[in-house]
Amino acid sequence: MDLDFWLPLFFAGAMGLALLIYVVLDGYDLGIGILLPFAEDSEKDIMIAAIGPFWDANETWIVLGIGILLIAFPQAHGQILTAMYIPVTLMLMGLILRGIAFDFRAKAIAHRKDMWNAIFAIGSLITAVSQGWMLGTYITGLGQSGISYLFSVLIAVTLPALYILLGSAWLLIKTEDELFDKALGWAKKSILPMGAALLLVSLATPLISETIADKWFSFPEGLRLLPIPLLSMATFAGLLWLLSDQKTLRSGREWLLYAGLILLCVLAALGLAYSILPDIIIGQMTIWESASSTKSLLFTFWGTAIVLPAIIAYTFFVYRIFSGKATALTYE
Amino acid sequence: MPDIDPYILARAQFAANISFHILFPSITMGLAWILLFFRLRFTTSGDKHWEHAYHFWVKIFALSFAIGVVSGITMSFQFGTNWPGFMERTGNISGPLLGYEVLTAFFLEATFLGVMLFGKNRVSNKVHLLACALVAVGTSLSAFWILSLNSWMQTPTGYTIENGVFYVDSWTAVIFNPSFPYRLAHMMTATMLTAAFLVMGVSAWRMKQKVDGPGTAKIFKAMAVMAMIFAPLQVVIGDLHGLNTLAHQPAKIAAIEGVWETERGVPFTVFGFPDEDTRTTRFALEIPYAASWILTHDINGEVRGLNEFEGEHPPVAIVFWSFRVMVGIGMLMILVSWWAGWELFKRKQKPSTWLLNAASWMTFSGWVAVLAGWYVTEIGRQPWIVHGLLTSAEVVADHSSGIMLSTFTGYMALYVFILVSYIATLRYMATKPAASLLAMDQVPGQATHQQPAKGA
Ligand code: HDD
Ligand code: HEM
Ligand code: HEM
Repeated sequence: MDLDFWLPLFFAGAMGLALLIYVVLDGYDLGIGILLPFAEDSEKDIMIAAIGPFWDANETWIVLGIGILLIAFPQAHGQILTAMYIPVTLMLMGLILRGIAFDFRAKAIAHRKDMWNAIFAIGSLITAVSQGWMLGTYITGLGQSGISYLFSVLIAVTLPALYILLGSAWLLIKTEDELFDKALGWAKKSILPMGAALLLVSLATPLISETIADKWFSFPEGLRLLPIPLLSMATFAGLLWLLSDQKTLRSGREWLLYAGLILLCVLAALGLAYSILPDIIIGQMTIWESASSTKSLLFTFWGTAIVLPAIIAYTFFVYRIFSGKATALTYE
Repeated sequence: MPDIDPYILARAQFAANISFHILFPSITMGLAWILLFFRLRFTTSGDKHWEHAYHFWVKIFALSFAIGVVSGITMSFQFGTNWPGFMERTGNISGPLLGYEVLTAFFLEATFLGVMLFGKNRVSNKVHLLACALVAVGTSLSAFWILSLNSWMQTPTGYTIENGVFYVDSWTAVIFNPSFPYRLAHMMTATMLTAAFLVMGVSAWRMKQKVDGPGTAKIFKAMAVMAMIFAPLQVVIGDLHGLNTLAHQPAKIAAIEGVWETERGVPFTVFGFPDEDTRTTRFALEIPYAASWILTHDINGEVRGLNEFEGEHPPVAIVFWSFRVMVGIGMLMILVSWWAGWELFKRKQKPSTWLLNAASWMTFSGWVAVLAGWYVTEIGRQPWIVHGLLTSAEVVADHSSGIMLSTFTGYMALYVFILVSYIATLRYMATKPAASLLAMDQVPGQATHQQPAKGA
């Protein structure tokens, strides 16, 4: 087997997977953070309780994703992060604000609690927006032109809609009664903006990058891509139906909305992977050109192959422990 | 924008971020083991006081941990944003070490933290103890990997360089490089001391304010014993660490000791003001022959001076002074812990007001010593980023100083805000009478307004 060829591919896959898991998991707790100001005070505690045991581990997936970029593709790591200096810094500040507010709000003196709630929401929003900006910058091949900025802005406002939807979907799983109804309402409001924005992004991707356009619109290779948009549209229609009908969601199958969103994210990730690979920086550098030495990759490969399944296993274990509706959370 | 050298700004920003970050690991790593100890004591003895101690400190642990995590995430991005050249040159070595930290340590601690904090009534006591242990192991594992990398940057072994890029020859030689065992032992002991003095200090304060619960004295005593063991141990480890550094980074030792010329029978400078322009130490208070004796175990031993490293030695004054701050605090720690031991065991009395005062003044002494120690280590490595092989200036990113300055200001504002809030919260929690603290179990959420806990 040709390790020089396969190892970089393996790590590109692992990086994509880590980032996808990040979006799906941290997406819901960032979304809940953004939604916090729209809830009653008593509901806020339940919303926080719904993410309490999870947010820290959720966040670790982006550390892994960026970590793999650094481990496996050091040449690209520096270039990408340098180009994204401002959104990355903003995102870090957002993450800091959110992370500390989460803990401080619980211990603070009563009249400070509102302040920490606000910081929690603002931190979540900043994080979401800057992640959108980063994604936009990345997809335009780190471009600095006006149109790439426009595109980045487009995604920057899209991503929060996706996170809000994920957050509402998570709340459906975790809450009951009034908050459940509210979450349904939030989901209904955010699904169309998210759909429209996703559509815009998909259209913009080939517009901005010739490399991607070539892959999409050449015949017959483009046909291989076809299942992805078709399935995405079907999934989206399914989600719309779930939200308008509501009977399914209200009869014990509230997890369907979240599941559908995961499917949508997986499809989007596959579409992106198809467009971008084998480049790591679109149009500039392939994964093989930027990869670490094979010896270093192999050393990390064994660790990843052994530890990653263990991580996934104990993550499931912990989600099992905290399954069911969230009640007022306590440090027992 | 003012034309401050972006290289200086990149260094300042990195230094500020890592200094802020290390404050919290140096608490959480030690505290994790202390909490495990509290839980184990409760499980084996059934004594409720240990349970209360756990309840009180786990909240502070959670808060410190959260700040540690978010500031740590900043660190992992800063390698790319501030030192892109570092990853491009040494990526084959630093990448996997950082990667193993994420894989083996971060996920472990972050995932089981949830169970530790919120799962006590959802899992059996055994599983909960296991979760506490895994969190403690996770934090220490993360020290293992990151210190391995940092030690490799100080004393690189096991590599070859081709076209400026580092390649690995032997992973064992990279991971277990010459300074690693010393640095790991010194840092782990430092974190035990930092946490012990924090717990001791807050407990002393609570006793002084008369808001202590019945368990507070017990905790105080346990922490005093811990510090009695670790503080002298730290001196021994520190001494060995210094001898190791002498073998590998003589310029750093010359700066620590303020030795300007290579000489025999060198005195140890207790205090003084090293001045690089005149190459002298002003107002030096010296102990004759002591430096030669400490470093070579021979009062006439030769010590290499800064003159041998012209243009390649670190800034002297700051390294010199940081070292003395660290050692000074080390000595104070021995003093206070043994004093406590003498009062508690020999004279079998309650801690005196004097002792309580001293202990509460020492609450954050660990922080100061840890920072001072890292400044010795890191500034003492300048101008190199990988000692003797790669300079920091070669790997810096070329952001404009305007951008660097604004992000630097942003970070600083944020950090000051967090530190102030952190200490205010500690104070607030430490001042609450023990009874109301028990009612403060419902966290996060209803800390401040009453609501019957349903289930959970
Ligand atoms: C000797 C210990 C030590 C040192 C020198 C460092 N760290 Fe650290 N770090 C820890 C000990 C630690 C820890 C104990 O594992 C933390 C702190 C509190 C915590 O929650 O985990 C942590 C958290 C932490 C996290 C978040 C982990 C998570 O998501 O759970 C990241 C990404 C980093 N660190 C990265 C770094 C980098 C890039 C460093 C160097 C430049 C660094 N740390 C120095
Ligand atoms: C945790 C405690 C640490 C503290 C307090 C600390 C402190 C510092 C300081 C003050 C500097 C700036 C020195 C100067 O520019 O004069 C610095 C530089 C640096 N340190 Fe550390 N450091 C720590 C740990 C680490 C670790 C674990 C690593 C890597 C694994 C690391 C890597 C670096 C790098 C890459 C630089 C920048 C380049 C340079 O200026 O040499 N540091 N650190
Ligand atoms: C009292 C006697 C002590 C001695 C002789 C001593 C010695 C040293 C030396 C020589 C270094 C630099 C090693 C190098 O850069 O290669 C160092 C670093 C350090 N010291 Fe100390 N130390 C002492 C006490 C303490 C105490 C009490 C603490 C904290 C509670 C502490 C925390 C640190 C830390 C965090 C570092 C940086 C990490 C490292 O390089 O190990 N030290 N110490």
